[in-house]
Order: sequence, then structure tokens, then C-alpha cells
Amino acid sequence: MSNTFKIGGVHPNPSKLTANRAIEPAALPVQAVFPLSQHIGAPAVPCVAKGDQVLVGTVIAQPGGFMSAAIHSSVSGKVAKIDTVIDASGQRKPAIFIDVQGDEWDPSIDRSTTLVQQLNLTKEEIIERIKNAGVVGMGGACFPTHVKLCPPPTCKIDTLIINAVECEPYLTADHRLMLEYPDQIIVGVRIIMKALGIDRAVIGIEENKPDAIELLQRKVMMVSGIEVMPLKMKYPQGGEKQLIEAVTGRQVPPPPALPANVGCVVQNVGTVYAIYEAVIKNKPLIERIVTVTGDSVKNPCNLKVRMGTPVSQIIEQAGGMPEDTGKLLSGGPMMGRPLLGADAPVVKGTSGILMLPEKVAERREERNCIRCAKCVDACPMGLEPYKLATATQQQDWEKCEQEWILSCIECGCCQSTCPSRRPLLDWIRLSKNKVNGIVRARQAKK
Amino acid sequence: MAQKLFISTSPHIHCGDTIERNMHWVITALIPALIASFIVFGIGALIVTVTAVASCMLFEWLISRFLLGRERSTLGDGSAIITGMLLAFNLPSNIPLYQIVMGSLVAIGIGKMVFGGLGNNPFNPALVGRVFMLISFPTRMTSWPEPHQLLSYTDATTCATPLNLIGQISGGNAAAADSLPSVWNLFLGNTAGCIGEVSALALLIGVIILLCKKVITWHIPVSILATVAVLTGIMWIVNPDLYVNPLYHLCSGGLMLGACFMATDYVTSPMTHKGMVWYGIGIGFLTVIIRFFGSYPEGMSFAILIMNAIVPLINNWCKPKHFGEAAK
Repeated sequence: MSNTFKIGGVHPNPSKLTANRAIEPAALPVQAVFPLSQHIGAPAVPCVAKGDQVLVGTVIAQPGGFMSAAIHSSVSGKVAKIDTVIDASGQRKPAIFIDVQGDEWDPSIDRSTTLVQQLNLTKEEIIERIKNAGVVGMGGACFPTHVKLCPPPTCKIDTLIINAVECEPYLTADHRLMLEYPDQIIVGVRIIMKALGIDRAVIGIEENKPDAIELLQRKVMMVSGIEVMPLKMKYPQGGEKQLIEAVTGRQVPPPPALPANVGCVVQNVGTVYAIYEAVIKNKPLIERIVTVTGDSVKNPCNLKVRMGTPVSQIIEQAGGMPEDTGKLLSGGPMMGRPLLGADAPVVKGTSGILMLPEKVAERREERNCIRCAKCVDACPMGLEPYKLATATQQQDWEKCEQEWILSCIECGCCQSTCPSRRPLLDWIRLSKNKVNGIVRARQAKK
Repeated sequence: MAQKLFISTSPHIHCGDTIERNMHWVITALIPALIASFIVFGIGALIVTVTAVASCMLFEWLISRFLLGRERSTLGDGSAIITGMLLAFNLPSNIPLYQIVMGSLVAIGIGKMVFGGLGNNPFNPALVGRVFMLISFPTRMTSWPEPHQLLSYTDATTCATPLNLIGQISGGNAAAADSLPSVWNLFLGNTAGCIGEVSALALLIGVIILLCKKVITWHIPVSILATVAVLTGIMWIVNPDLYVNPLYHLCSGGLMLGACFMATDYVTSPMTHKGMVWYGIGIGFLTVIIRFFGSYPEGMSFAILIMNAIVPLINNWCKPKHFGEAAK
């Protein structure tokens, strides 16, 4: 019996249309757009000006603080302007626009495909390289990776967990990456183990990817300390806390506790590959795998896309946006963000572009809560979503806080199971924001 | 590219579950019991069920349209049909039409619509209607026709139910044991009683449908039945002359119907598994107490209504286990 997390969870239709589609390179864009905040934390600060010539791999924005990440140009050409663009948050954000000319790479980047296994760097050197390469968590949250690799000194880390679960329906970017670059991923895992100074790593993969499990299990046989663990299919297993519980049986205490408090560091498998490239090949985070998919998409595919490429261009490569499209998502259908239009750029956290038909995208009319308790059953954090939503409607922030609203991971299980179609997560998000503000104000007073 | 796009926050997909789907499965699950009742009580069972369902639907429509002034009626969700069926299942098959209609009015009007309709009622509407009828028409509500009078309705000859006999045995009348049907007959439904409650077998088929379709979880039915089995089992072991064996209790009266269909009503049952188990234990306990010590032979309706009343308290006491709490 495979492991999984204990509380709640749902089983959405996996719809992995592109699981057998090999990764193809996406065409170079005419103009690439680099928003300055592609990660959690302070926005990066531009270090180029209009008219500057850049190469592939040139730093165009420096980290804006410790909790921030550098941004590199993914194309060669001329800086056209520093302006604003509407990103996946739906808001206008400052961004650097680069007109593409040719494809000139920075000579320090090793573009060969030879696998390098030797690793003669110290812990600090590894983290420095990762930081300089602007690597962030590729699973969607975009947490700066070098920060995650420097856990608080009071926490004793013993296990590195590689998140290769990909529990979001439709997405196959991580799956394809594992099938096509397994050796690089193993080296990447060893690099992170060295950076953390630990000798145990577990790669968690859901059972719906038997080919990836089998392949990686074969590859790690000769490597000590790395284990591939098949996990039972259940959403949201890719949630950091759920994955830690599934793999180790440990539960991370409620916020503000971190995974490090239970001795774990979790890294997405896409991040592991980026770390391999950054440390071994000196290649900054300038491209990523994006699944372009949807039930009515003509040619759903997995593309290796340069950062900053407009979404519209990779949609064209997948056969264009279908007639019936009602919603364009960056990410999966459970946690992805809706795009206002197809001119938004691909950024570090774009794991997929999903086109949902209108009849799926449309929300149905909300009905009375019939107290069926399905949201309570589904919540992987052991919360009572129906109660939180109602307390929010009554603006009872105190009750929301008592009922652990800040533990909510916004996985959407509650709302996706509600037979009355209540927008439970909408309400909970609203209240989370409010309660977060109240808590911060209280701490500031102290 | 000039398509209009929806913008909303995640999640963007839904499992497809609806109120209607759940209600329709409950109705489907009640069909075996309806068929069993038709075989046992004949035409009377059908007349009572059709009348109850029709009048419940009518009252729901009238009240939501004219008293609440709602443009869109909630009739389509199927909950009025279930209330009607459950009310009918709790009535003897020879009850006069006007009494059914009055019971339906109370069930829908006072049991449900005064609170704002489906989702807001604290008490099970069908049981509210049933208890109203039990108090208002005590003779009619406590005289049950003998089985197998397939063509008679209000003119059917009546007899004692197994629960009456069990009560008489406990009262010291050992002779009553002779007229008690076998457990097997009780299980199949070959006995006197309310329309829907006679066949434990048909009800079990129904509850298995609900469990398979994930409309309900096992917690409430199992905890009720287990509690009743344990308590009546203890009594039976202590004094088998006065108390019948637990199988009689499990298969007789409204226990099976109540445990499988009335207590599991979404609206009036607790929200957590832990709460559901306590609620079930409470219902089982009260049922046994009423059966043994109350003046009514049947305790299920009252037990469920009493536990309905404390569901809000159960919801406050029994919280789900919060992720990470144990780790603190």
C-alpha cells in the first residue's frame, strides 16, 4: 500500500493529455517581457537601461533583497523599454522589454548536453551559484531557492523531499522532465543534499506516472541515500505539508512553523533540474517546461519555453486557442491563475497554460448550504470551510482566526466538491487577507 | 483571439456534484423499500406514498411562491419528494387522506419552510410531520393493518406490531411471545408496521446504494445500529425472559429506516465524522431508553428529533482534527 497524506483530499479527473508528448522547443519570441516580480519577496531591481545590448544569460535585474531573485535575459537583443505588463496576478507590474536579435549566448554558459557528475564545490559555493542563477521554486509558488537552502540554524534538517507529484490535473511538465532528464535530476538531488549537508533524499511520485517511477528507481539503484517513493494518487499531494506527511509521516505544525521545523526541505523536481543547470552548466533560469493543454486544444504539447515569451505564441504552437475557450489559465485547474489575455509573458512559475471550455469556466448559480459536510471531508488541513465562509460573510474575523483560517493552503478542494456550488475559497481568501492584516497589526503593536 | 474570457479565482473545475444528484440517489435508494411495502401492504401503501409526496411538493411550491415570494421554486431539488416519501414511510398504510395532507403541511411548512427552506431547518421535516400526526391522530397512527391485504386501504383489519408485542413481553406478558414473528420474517418485512419500515432487507439495499454512491458515510447508521445492538444485547443477556434478543430490535420498528434515511439527513446531522458517531450513539441510546421505559413502543422519531436539537452543540464540540495540531 503506497503512502499518502491522511486528512481530506479529492480525486479530480487527471486529464493528463500530454503525458506521452515529448518536450519540444518553443520558437524564439520577437519581443520578450520580463516582469520584475516573478517570485515571492521583494521585486528585482533592473540593472539595464533602454538601448542596452544583452546576451542570453545576461543579468537584467538584481535581487531586491535577501528574499528575492535575480532575473536574466532569456534572449539576445536590445532593451526596448522598461514599462509595465499585466501578469498572472491580473495587475500591472513593472517589466523589462527586450527586442530579440539573433540568439547569442553568454560564453560562460556551458551549452553542451554532456552529463557532469563530479561536484567539487563547497556548500556555500553551491548556494551562491543557485542564487546568482535566479533559481526559484518551479512548482508555482516561486519561493527563492537559495533562501530555502538556508534553513534557520535551530532546525536540524535530515530529509530532502523532491516534489515530483504533479497532482494538478492536465499538467505534465514535471512528468516529461523526469522521463527525459533523469540523470540530470539525480545529480541535481545530490547537489541539494550536499548544500544541505544531509544524506537522505526521497523523490515522491504519484502512481499515475509508473514510467517515471520505474525509470528513476533504476537510476537511483547505484546512488546511496536517494529513494524513489510511489505515492497514492490524491490531490493536493503536491502541497508541501501534505507531501511531507505522505513521505515521512510528520505533520508540520500550524503557521508560522516551516517544513524545516520537522527536519524537511521540499524542492520541486523542476527546480532540481534548474539547480543542476545552474550549478553544473552555469546556466541561469532562462527557460522552463510549459504544458500547453486543454480538452479542445488541437495539439496539446509540452514545450521548452524561454522566459518572457508571450503566452499567445506558445498557444499558436499548440494549434491556437480553441473556439470554445472560456478561460485561460496559468497553471493547473485547481490552483492556477486566470490570465486577462494571451499577451501575458511566460514567467518562472508558469507550469502550464490551460484553456478551459466556456461551459467549464462558467460558474453555476450558488445555492443554500445543505450541510452535507463534504467540504469538511475534503479539506486536507482539517478545517471547516462552510463555517469559515459563513463567518467571513458575517465579517467575524475573530472566529475565522480561531478556526485556523491562516492554515488554509488554498488548494480548492472544498469549493470543487460543494454540491451547492458555494464559492467557499473566494470567501476564505478574502478573510485570510483580512485576518493576516489583523495579526500583523497586533504583532507590530507588541 | 478576441474571445471573451472568464476571470475568477481558483479552483476552476468542479467535481460535478449537485444537490439534485444527492437527492435523486436518496430517492432511488428508497425505491426498494417502496417496492417491499407494496408487496406487503398492497394498494394502501401506494395511495399513502403518492398522497404524501404530491402534497409535500404542492405545499413547497405554494409556500415558496406565495408566502416567500420566490421567483424560482426550489421544487426541482427533489428534497420535497424525499420529505414526502419519508413521511409516508413512517405512516401506517390505512391512514385517511386528509390526515396525510395535514401531516405534509406541517412537515413542509413548519418543519422546513419557516426556517427558510432546504439547508436551514434544524429538525428533520418528515419527522416533524410524523410526530405532529402521532399527537394529533393517536388512534389512527397507532393501529397498523395486518400484512397481505393487498386491495384494502382504510378498511384493512389491524393488528399489533412486533414492537407492541416486545413491549408486552417486557411488561411480563410471556404469552405475547407466541405471536411474535420470526426474526427472518422481520428482516424480510413480513409483518405489521409503518409502510417503509417493515423490510430491513429493502432498507439495507437502499443504504448500500447510498454508501456506494458516496451520498452518505457509514458513521451515522453504523453507530446507531451498533449502540442499539449493544444496549439491547446487554438487557437480553441479563434477562432473556423479559427482553428479546437484539436482532428483533434491529429489524423491528422504525430503527432501520431511521438509522439509514432519517438520521442521515444532511441538513440536520453533524458536520464531522466524530460528531456523527456521537450523534448516532445518542440516537441509539435514546431509542433504547424510549423503547424500554417510554409509553410509546417506538422511540426512533423522538430520539432523532432530540438529537437534531443538539446538533449545533455537537458541531461545536466535535471539531475535525486540525492538520499539525498533534505535532505541536
